[in-house]
Amino acid sequence: MNWVLDHIPELLSASGDHLQLALLPVAVGLVVSLPLGWVANRWRVARAILVPVSGLLYTIPSLALFVIMPLVLGTRILDPINVQAALTVYTVALLVRSIADALAAVPESVIAAASAMGYRTGGRFFAVELPLAVPVLIAGVRVAAVSNISLVAVGQIIGVGGLGFFLLHGAQSSPPNYQEIVAGIVLIVLLALVVDGLLAFAGRAMTPWARKRAGVVAR
Amino acid sequence: MNVFTQVVDWLTDPDHWRTTLGIAGIPQRLGEHLQYTVIAVLIAAVLAIPLGAYIGHTGRGGTVVVGVVNSFRALPELGLLILLVLALGLTLALEAVTIALVLMAVPVLLAGTYAGIRNVDRAAVDAARGMGMTEWQILFRVELPNALPLVLGALRSATLQVIATASIAAAVSLGGLGRFVIDGNALREYDQMAAGAVLIAVLAIVVELLLTGVQWLVVSPGLRKNPRGRVRARGARSEGIDGGDPR
Repeated sequence: MNWVLDHIPELLSASGDHLQLALLPVAVGLVVSLPLGWVANRWRVARAILVPVSGLLYTIPSLALFVIMPLVLGTRILDPINVQAALTVYTVALLVRSIADALAAVPESVIAAASAMGYRTGGRFFAVELPLAVPVLIAGVRVAAVSNISLVAVGQIIGVGGLGFFLLHGAQSSPPNYQEIVAGIVLIVLLALVVDGLLAFAGRAMTPWARKRAGVVAR
Repeated sequence: MNVFTQVVDWLTDPDHWRTTLGIAGIPQRLGEHLQYTVIAVLIAAVLAIPLGAYIGHTGRGGTVVVGVVNSFRALPELGLLILLVLALGLTLALEAVTIALVLMAVPVLLAGTYAGIRNVDRAAVDAARGMGMTEWQILFRVELPNALPLVLGALRSATLQVIATASIAAAVSLGGLGRFVIDGNALREYDQMAAGAVLIAVLAIVVELLLTGVQWLVVSPGLRKNPRGRVRARGARSEGIDGGDPR
């Protein structure tokens, strides 16, 4: 534990970097995928394009996507923005489909009732359809957040990795610094579990009507 | 754009397509990548599918499966690789990487098989039992065929997960297509790095399309509700087996 106790400030600041690298893409991805999911639900053609394309984007391995980003964006090769942009792509790819599915699952009668109460399309979306889609949305956001937190470490291979630094650095020290490696892994898993728990809590707080049927919710 | 032509030049250079003077070419690296992937997926399938089927059939231990799978998603694959390679030593690096890859694939397959079997319409299982089928017959003739879309879907995501993890095996001194990315980064040769990344991405997409095709061919036409072959857990439950869902 000596190494860990001696390096708490470094571990904390790397944790902060790590969270920012992983979660900013989740926020941006959510904002981008809401309109895309709405469009995919609204028009059949849009769905036929958006869903398969996001499926294919999601299959691209992270290391490859991190390195391809500069080609697409014209950014510098070791810019942290490459990692964040790639993670945003994953988040969008994951969420577009689940948002489209969640919106499609809103019963016709509920939409008709909302329209009868005087909601226009836009207002109805935010007041009725979106809240009903929250459980599925939160499930998607949780998966995106947890896998992003784990994927940031891969970015260390190209020099941007938050806590991933301790994994490679510990392995390259001689003799290998096991404390450093394990500390990095444990912190990454802890961050993922804490963020996942907070998101689950937030999701439940946002959908009081679903609380009775907890356990049935999404996934 | 200049970078594009550099990458195209690198990829079309015949020198990069053969192994000369101990410098591995693209076919050798691709072969290594596929070798790691196939071995790991096979081992994982042999371990996880029977176990998932057992848990799904009996319903025992389901919550444990879900918990294990969720916590594995949080585990950084790079850390797992590094720890295993250090623990087994560089001479056993291949074994270490194989173990890491199997560990990445098992939870996905386990969850997919479990969910597939659990989501089989209970009425179909009860009917089979009522017809006097044994538990084994129920498993093999009713539950597994109906669970096939989800099991194959899980096999596909597990394979892609393994391909992705195998590409960082180069970071712990093994081969595979990730080698080009790691070496290119070490030598500051962006063309090699990006070409390696493009190769990895193409491999993943080709495998995804191939496996989607296989899934479409193998799954019983009666279960083929969704043209993309992605019958989701929730979908499978609500759309059922005879599903008249017009969507």
